[in-house]
Amino acid sequence: MRGAVAHDARFVGIYSGGAWIAQRLASMVPGEHPLGYIDVSFYRDDFARKGLKPEVKRTDLPFDVESATIILVDDVLYTGRSVRAAINELFDFGRPARIELAVLIDRGGRELPIEATYVGARLAVARDLSIVVSQADDGRLSLGAEPSGGDAQRA
Amino acid sequence: MAVSHSVPSLPAETRSVRNPQLGPNGSLTHLLTLEGLPAEVIRHILDTAVPFTSISERDVKKVPLLRGTAVFNLFFENSTRTRTTFEIAAKRLSADVINLNIGASSTTKGETLLDTVDNLVAMNADMFVVRHSQAGAPHLIAAHLNRTGRNHVHVVNAGDGRHAHPTQGLLDLFTIRHYKRDFANLTVAIVGDVLHSRVARSLIHGLTTLSTPDLRVIGPQTLLPTAVQSLGVRVFHDMRAGLLGCDVIVMLRLQSERMRGALLPSAGEFFKHYGLTMEKLALAKSDAIVMHPGPMNRGVEIDSAVADGEHAVILPQVTFGIAVRMAVLSILAGN
Repeated sequence: MRGAVAHDARFVGIYSGGAWIAQRLASMVPGEHPLGYIDVSFYRDDFARKGLKPEVKRTDLPFDVESATIILVDDVLYTGRSVRAAINELFDFGRPARIELAVLIDRGGRELPIEATYVGARLAVARDLSIVVSQADDGRLSLGAEPSGGDAQRA
Repeated sequence: MAVSHSVPSLPAETRSVRNPQLGPNGSLTHLLTLEGLPAEVIRHILDTAVPFTSISERDVKKVPLLRGTAVFNLFFENSTRTRTTFEIAAKRLSADVINLNIGASSTTKGETLLDTVDNLVAMNADMFVVRHSQAGAPHLIAAHLNRTGRNHVHVVNAGDGRHAHPTQGLLDLFTIRHYKRDFANLTVAIVGDVLHSRVARSLIHGLTTLSTPDLRVIGPQTLLPTAVQSLGVRVFHDMRAGLLGCDVIVMLRLQSERMRGALLPSAGEFFKHYGLTMEKLALAKSDAIVMHPGPMNRGVEIDSAVADGEHAVILPQVTFGIAVRMAVLSILAGN
């Protein structure tokens, strides 16, 4: 991403998986990058089937979205539905000049025409597994897979 | 109770029999009263309300969560604040709100409450927000919907008689938690006309469920319910003694319109003994907050200097009320 990202791009992490990745990217990528967070719970398309998840975080975008370059950040890109919801939510704050998408893992399986601009790794994962990305105290990443069950939130 | 003894293998079933607000899996289906509502359900509503507070601060004060949901405001009793905040809450969730002017409707032509409800369900209502002067009216509607297998239609009690006003209780809890962080070490005093107050009853049930250690009611004997101690409160007739060391003071409106008979000598006399002035407020903790469910009677239960002073959080209560009602509507719609 170094060199490719606009110097004043704003990083927006999608809760919960994308939040800390956005934080790290914003500090690692050269330039001045304001940081925000988005919780897409109120924009999800599966509310009628699943209801609200137990813990909804507060969307916090402490900058002007209007005419800004926004880098949406998530841990795993799968169906594309979270990203669709995040884009919709962003537009309720203004009209960005450009939205890009950075993800750590692209596991395929898209159900919407959405692609990431920056991808850490591409993995082929069975549909009944969900990928769990976690960060240890020393900042090292670990990657795991666990059975998703019918109801797991799909990124 | 007989049911719970004979069918011990079906705890979920018995729970739904005992508490008509909860569905078979323990999720909130209707909101009728805070009495008997599990602490985790109350906390879930309060937690969910937090992210909703920020939506009202945006330029576009709207999220698409309840798009296509039809919310019917059924107000059989006057209300401005509660009806308006429910309407705003539903609209900020993108629901369609239908306000029924009951005074000018079929009930005056002799239609029963349940027939009115059945007709509105036939118009594909998803949710009823009900206020009624008779205690138990929202419960009657909810029980009717449950009995006829239509518990996908949800009922929210927006105040019934002297019984309950659960969303006001919840917004009061939200306000207290916002300013005081936790209920664990709090002293809360509820002052004035507790007898006629569904707000007080709902708040008392909420605070006791959340384990508030010191809960007090302050008022003249004539304006306190008989055996109010059984709700787990300490009773004070002397306001000064009751306010000592309080973290939260909740002033109630003197509901003169509900009073039958001589409960009070005069409003002036009431203010002298139970009106909150700066001088009495000084007896509470220096960082005490003053709440009031509104509408306020200045000079009757609260002095203007207090109502407009730095301890008052009366207007934030109104703002939080929208977020709390958004949380209630969304949780119900999702269950």
